[in-house]
Amino acid sequence: MAEKKHAAYICSGCGLGERLDIAALEAVAKKEGKMQIVRTHPFLCSEEGVAMIRADIDNEGVTHAAICACSRRAKTDAFNFPTTAIARGNLREGVIWVRPDTEEARETTQEMAEDYVRMACAEVKAMTQPAGNPNTGTNKTLLVVGGGISGMTAALEASKAGYKVVLVEKTGQLGGWAARLHRRVPTREPFKSPEDTGVADLVAQIEADPNIKVYLNATIAKTAGAPGRFKVDIAVESGPTVTADIGAIVQATGFSLYDANKLPHLGYGKSPHVVDQAGLEALAKAANGGVIKRADGKEVKSVVFVQCAGQRDASGEHLPYCSGYCCNTSIKQAIYLKDANPDVDTVVLFTDLRTPGNGEDFYRAAQNRGVIFSKGVVSEVVPSGDGLTVKFHDLILDDKNAQIVADLVVLATGVVPNSGVNIEALTAPQVEGQEAQVSEASQLGEVKPVSILNLTYRQGPDIPQLKWGFTDSHFICFPYETRRTAIYTAGPVRRPMDIAQAIEDATGAAMKAIQAMENAGLGRAAHPRSGDLSFPTARLEGCTQCKRCTVECPFGAIDEDEKRFPLFNESRCRRCGTCMGACPVRVISFENYSINTVGAQIKAVNIPDEFENKPRILILACENDAYPALDMAALNRNCYSAYVRAIPVRCLGSVNTIWITDALNSGFDGVMLMGCKHGEEYQCHFVKGSELGRYRMSKVYDTLKGMNLEPERVLDLEVAITDLHTLPKKIDEYTAKIMEIGLSPFKGF
Amino acid sequence: MSNANQAMAARYKNNFLKEIEEQAEMGEWVKMCMQCGVCSGSCPTHFHPGWEHPPQEIFMMIRAGKREEVLTSPSMWMCTSCYNCYVRCPRKLPITHIMHGIAEYAYRLGLAPKMQPTLHLSQTFWRNCTKTGRVNEVRLTQSLYFKDGFMAGIKKGLEMKDVALGLIKAKRLNILEALGFGHKCKDQQGIQKMLAKARELEAKRKNRQVTA
Repeated sequence: MAEKKHAAYICSGCGLGERLDIAALEAVAKKEGKMQIVRTHPFLCSEEGVAMIRADIDNEGVTHAAICACSRRAKTDAFNFPTTAIARGNLREGVIWVRPDTEEARETTQEMAEDYVRMACAEVKAMTQPAGNPNTGTNKTLLVVGGGISGMTAALEASKAGYKVVLVEKTGQLGGWAARLHRRVPTREPFKSPEDTGVADLVAQIEADPNIKVYLNATIAKTAGAPGRFKVDIAVESGPTVTADIGAIVQATGFSLYDANKLPHLGYGKSPHVVDQAGLEALAKAANGGVIKRADGKEVKSVVFVQCAGQRDASGEHLPYCSGYCCNTSIKQAIYLKDANPDVDTVVLFTDLRTPGNGEDFYRAAQNRGVIFSKGVVSEVVPSGDGLTVKFHDLILDDKNAQIVADLVVLATGVVPNSGVNIEALTAPQVEGQEAQVSEASQLGEVKPVSILNLTYRQGPDIPQLKWGFTDSHFICFPYETRRTAIYTAGPVRRPMDIAQAIEDATGAAMKAIQAMENAGLGRAAHPRSGDLSFPTARLEGCTQCKRCTVECPFGAIDEDEKRFPLFNESRCRRCGTCMGACPVRVISFENYSINTVGAQIKAVNIPDEFENKPRILILACENDAYPALDMAALNRNCYSAYVRAIPVRCLGSVNTIWITDALNSGFDGVMLMGCKHGEEYQCHFVKGSELGRYRMSKVYDTLKGMNLEPERVLDLEVAITDLHTLPKKIDEYTAKIMEIGLSPFKGF
Repeated sequence: MSNANQAMAARYKNNFLKEIEEQAEMGEWVKMCMQCGVCSGSCPTHFHPGWEHPPQEIFMMIRAGKREEVLTSPSMWMCTSCYNCYVRCPRKLPITHIMHGIAEYAYRLGLAPKMQPTLHLSQTFWRNCTKTGRVNEVRLTQSLYFKDGFMAGIKKGLEMKDVALGLIKAKRLNILEALGFGHKCKDQQGIQKMLAKARELEAKRKNRQVTA
């Protein structure tokens, strides 16, 4: 870009003109903000107002514009000038809507507004409009790992949307678990009888689809590159390794059954007539609708289904979680037996019968067929005579010595995700408190030692796991996202689920993968800053090779080159800025978000001298939750102190400690950090960002000590988007606290 | 054991659920219970020390094959037919009717507890009202008062004396009913025929011998 030209636009609409001295704001922008052009408009977001800005860009050559009107989250369509760097001074939600309209408040409200104008001018001068990531790859082929229901669905959905697909399956045939089932739980009205699995149909569709290339008996030997330009080596059992150019990946590697050999008290291994659910499916498949026979060929006359065998276990010995499908499966299997011979005694022993979806109708259908459901906890299954005795505690009759004799016992054992290597167990824990999680996961001992994707990423060969070996995902906000850009997990590898849910899940993941490939090709970010053109760059001559950025990046976007400098893979990056926050020598920045863009805003705030008794408190608020919460508080006219100045940050993880020391040095009396909840129930859009940020900030108290300041001067606050009513109170409480401990001694230097 | 009881026990062997399904009125609903316990929590008599087993438990005992315990239990007889459970059951089980069905079956097999107050009342009331087609209130009251012996009956009668006198004054009670006078149906033979026909139809529907 040629010469820089800065302009400020001040809106006097939405009551700003009545509440604020607009002429004074203009003067601030001109004199202190050093804006070459300053204009006021009574309705800036109107067609006319936007045309005014557009005309300046076209005719006056404005390259940087500070728009002082409403929040940056409002009117984004109107103030969209793709070639111009834009900063927003938040005068509406940030000032007049959170201040009472009284004569006493007028002075402090005006000071607040003037500061926001100064900050917008300072920010825009430090910014450059990003042009987009140059290292793009435009490959649009989807790799699907796993040929079960989830994988086949993802492949077909992507193909139907017009994308090429490479499907890699470890075994010699497609179908996965579903192919081993006799029938599946019903999906249609009236939900009364098991229905065909539909696997044969899916396999036929895959085979007939010219867009889908299937590799059977194949695994992923290596995955290198980045979204839009992955190079994947596919090792085929008999034959040479194939290298494919891939745009995005869907990992649908499913689950394994929890090993029933770990349940000797339930008779598994002691008697051939104790089977797991897969065992019964095999017997049913062999019978193919006829009477079901045991391994020894005897016709089954009585069956006991033991629910929650080795799952939902509070003792820590077995799986602590529910597998979500077993109740429906046992109902289905009992119906196999009842339909083949209504005189077979079928008893399901459960503690809580959970039938998601339309399973409640299915449950009723089984009861109608005479399947008996008893509430009880099984203590032991022992071989007796030709059959088995199931000893259980009947929870309704409180009979601790209840027992049933049966020909066959079926154990509902639970699922263990096939999620590859637990990379956090491989590397030393990065964050305190994480140690416990890691050891818990490795104790379960279910983590397969074999890597699935074999990523060449610095942070490990597989997708990070969240809990119990299931891959990363946020159940409510962004279920398909992993911490590896353009690699999505789908199906039971992500959380326990049944076929119907897996199909929905795989469809969603395929859509996300397509979106990611397209975004990568255009040099844009994926979720949550979808469409963002900025990307991190490092001034390597200043780099000390401390590796903090490469270790901390939640998305594994940064590798190390041969000289051990950080090597950014922009397409993998989600633009959270955690690397920037981590960098102790501050060499990492984005064109429109850097140490400088925030630092300049901090320095631009006018600090009144100590005799005025007006504290200044800096708020660094996460743009995903805390800043919207502040905006919504404003929308509800929940007032708060006029002494705070809020700056949105991309994530708490992007907060560099220099901002805090700078703020305190320049006379700020306190700093409030507002970030999302972290840990197991995290809310952070960048998964680990707020956690890493918080850990970093915990070290800031040493700095405070060095500056001889009270630790209360920095407050770390967990804020959710729903905190619009409590947040203003917390701000006021903190302001009162700062008044109580007194103003900062660093004023006026 | 009565003959009927022995016959049924032999016929169904260990399958008590099937026995209840086929023999007790509304018994086919027992298998549909999902053990949520709303019925037990809703039962007004459950707050008094009346029930040995609330409905949820009775259903579970049937499924567990506890034949003697269920059929000799006084629990079903405690039902006041308030229909709270019936209305609240999420599975829409006609619990009140099932309770009566099981109670009636137990009575039929001769297993119902002797002199159980509700059972006694039912029997007395039925015999009394089917005789003439109208209830003889004086005799009905008498037989209930003297259920537990002569002295207890006198005591109860004196207790209720003022109520009785009030009713007589208001012409709500005809003291001559004690001697066999009072209101009766016009066609008493017709009533008896009607009841006999009803029994016959019922027996035919259930494929059973006609019982008195």
